[in-house]
Amino acid sequence: MSAALEQLRRHPAMWRRETPPANALSTGFPVLDEVLPDAGWPMGALTEILVPRAGAGELHLVLPALAELGARGRWLAWVGPPHVPYAPALAARGIALSRILWVRGDNPAQQLWSAEQALRSGVCGAVLAWPARVHPRRLRRLQLAAESGGAWALLFRGEAPPEDASPASLRLRVMPAEKGLAVEVLKCRGKPGARVEIALDE
Amino acid sequence: MNAPGFSRGSDPLDLHEWKGVESSGSDPLEKPAVTPRLWLALYLPHFPLEVLGAERASLLPVAVITGGGARTTVVAADARAARTGVRIAMSASAACALAPNLILASRDETAEAAALEGLAAWAGQFTSFVSLVLPHGLLLEIGGSLAFFGGLDALLAKVRGAIDALDYSACFGVAPTPLGAWLLARVGSEEPVTALHALPARLAPVPLAYMDLPRRVEESLHSIGVEHFGDCCRLPRDGVARRTDPRLLAYLDRALGKRADPRQPYTPPPTFQRRLSLPGDVKDTETLLIAAERLLLELAGYLRARAGGVQTLEWHLAHRRSPATRLVIELVTPSRDAGHLLLLLRERLARVTLVEAVVYLGVRVRTILPLAPSSQDLFGEEGIAGGDWHTLVERLRSRLGRDAVQGITPSADHRPEKAWRCCTPGESVTGEPARYPRRPLWLLDPPEVLQTVAGDPWFDGKLHLTHGPERIESGWWDGDDIARDYFEALHTGGTRYWIYRELRERRGWYLHGIFA
Repeated sequence: MSAALEQLRRHPAMWRRETPPANALSTGFPVLDEVLPDAGWPMGALTEILVPRAGAGELHLVLPALAELGARGRWLAWVGPPHVPYAPALAARGIALSRILWVRGDNPAQQLWSAEQALRSGVCGAVLAWPARVHPRRLRRLQLAAESGGAWALLFRGEAPPEDASPASLRLRVMPAEKGLAVEVLKCRGKPGARVEIALDE
Repeated sequence: MNAPGFSRGSDPLDLHEWKGVESSGSDPLEKPAVTPRLWLALYLPHFPLEVLGAERASLLPVAVITGGGARTTVVAADARAARTGVRIAMSASAACALAPNLILASRDETAEAAALEGLAAWAGQFTSFVSLVLPHGLLLEIGGSLAFFGGLDALLAKVRGAIDALDYSACFGVAPTPLGAWLLARVGSEEPVTALHALPARLAPVPLAYMDLPRRVEESLHSIGVEHFGDCCRLPRDGVARRTDPRLLAYLDRALGKRADPRQPYTPPPTFQRRLSLPGDVKDTETLLIAAERLLLELAGYLRARAGGVQTLEWHLAHRRSPATRLVIELVTPSRDAGHLLLLLRERLARVTLVEAVVYLGVRVRTILPLAPSSQDLFGEEGIAGGDWHTLVERLRSRLGRDAVQGITPSADHRPEKAWRCCTPGESVTGEPARYPRRPLWLLDPPEVLQTVAGDPWFDGKLHLTHGPERIESGWWDGDDIARDYFEALHTGGTRYWIYRELRERRGWYLHGIFA
């Protein structure tokens, strides 16, 4: 391949249709980026965040990346959130509300279908979902949808058994820590097991 | 200056616009590029002087001053003035005593702001993420640009060369955190820091004065013998929060990457319009062309970032008394070659007679034309599959029902449950968000009744009130009036809740939000 083409391939604004862009989005927390294999959240893939106790700070963990996606004009679909995503607080944290899509499904099947559509559409930067129980086969479908749409599939789940086979490329567990949040990397490409503490804005 | 691998002698950045080049030789097993965040801070110490163009115009020492009367102080001084001992923050009278022939120029903050935005638009050629640091700096996220420019050294050399051409002096700082990069630039510590673990040692010698702390905090730190960034980090965290200001901890955490530090991206305007005030009144063409070149270099960077060119260029030469001279330059094909555009202006100037000296020079481009088929950014507005968001909304609504797919928007009401509402997706009222005190990310609708144990609110464990009360009494006009005292409460499990006590009728406790 010519040198010019090689140069072109490495340009940050270039992507190739043949191979899905294996790109990562900075988490906004450099200490966390440092322990993740792609130095950020994997785009076009599935991330599971295990939250033993809801409200531990899991949303704060993903807000900087969501704000960045919104600023780039990508949609943020919230599929079946457990409560009302509170607009004044989200706006104060720099989330582009005009890019939020709040999807309420009556049942888990509708929510998973909606998440899959949103992931596949190519217009969403991130799709957030809170499935109670989900069969590994459905997870695999979400992973494929995320790949084809180049979106960040983000599932918040209670404690799942560690041996549970999951296609997620990244699985984290978050726990409240004394001054913020402890994040444990349970599964990732390369070597999992890292644990970092991040501070949350008061 | 070209990135390695280029033999064509053309600007490598032009490749930015090649669209649809099918990469037949792509290797599916190729490892994805890992691009950790890296920030380049540009600090412009002589910006007030450079914006006025005063330095070039005079053979005498020049200082830029601000304020009035006895409080007039120096904000920038050129090399000649500096040699006589004139320093920043010195009073104007002291400066004149040191350098009797000192020329004083008044600071022009409007021109500085416009120049900084022009520079931000220009910097778009190096990265897709530029953020302003007011009043005299820029932050460029360069992690994603390294591969294209052939590595950090090559990129820095390219930026350095381009900024020298603009005739700005800049201090560089490179670090994995934006604040870290900024502090390194401020103290002139130019050796790049690429690993987070190396950052604490490099930031340790940064004096407090460069940290832009509130004066009270800086003084109280001085009083306990703290002089540098590193000293702050060694203080016990609890003591710092109690004795100085909890924001200091947040500042240190942001600098060292332990806390998120989101920056506002600068979005260049859809058309290009810039003007430069000229040093004194200018009549000769060569001096005009020096100013024009700076404008054209900025324009070229702006166009390169947008993969565009210009076909019509409007020059405005403003005079003191006469109406402005307007020169319109038409090109046959769009271009963004600063040298070519400068040549065209030179030719045009040779054919006109200026009625009067020029006091400022402006350039305007109303239409940006694609210079080649434009590339589509990975995260571009249209999304990578080129899908249409209307299609997605329609598909979801056809199955779930219209009301199940909504946008959200803030609403101007003090009652928490009415401070937001659903709206058509994409139609949120954007604007300055109301400056509420802390608000939770989740709202419970309706609020959940809390049990009490010995009069204290209880929710699956004891709740400790940490902040509050914030009294909200509102809504008497529409019958849905409320009177509540809101508190933040910390659960033993670490979750922070937003709860309130009803002040009317049955004075119960309710859970209304989760900070999550």
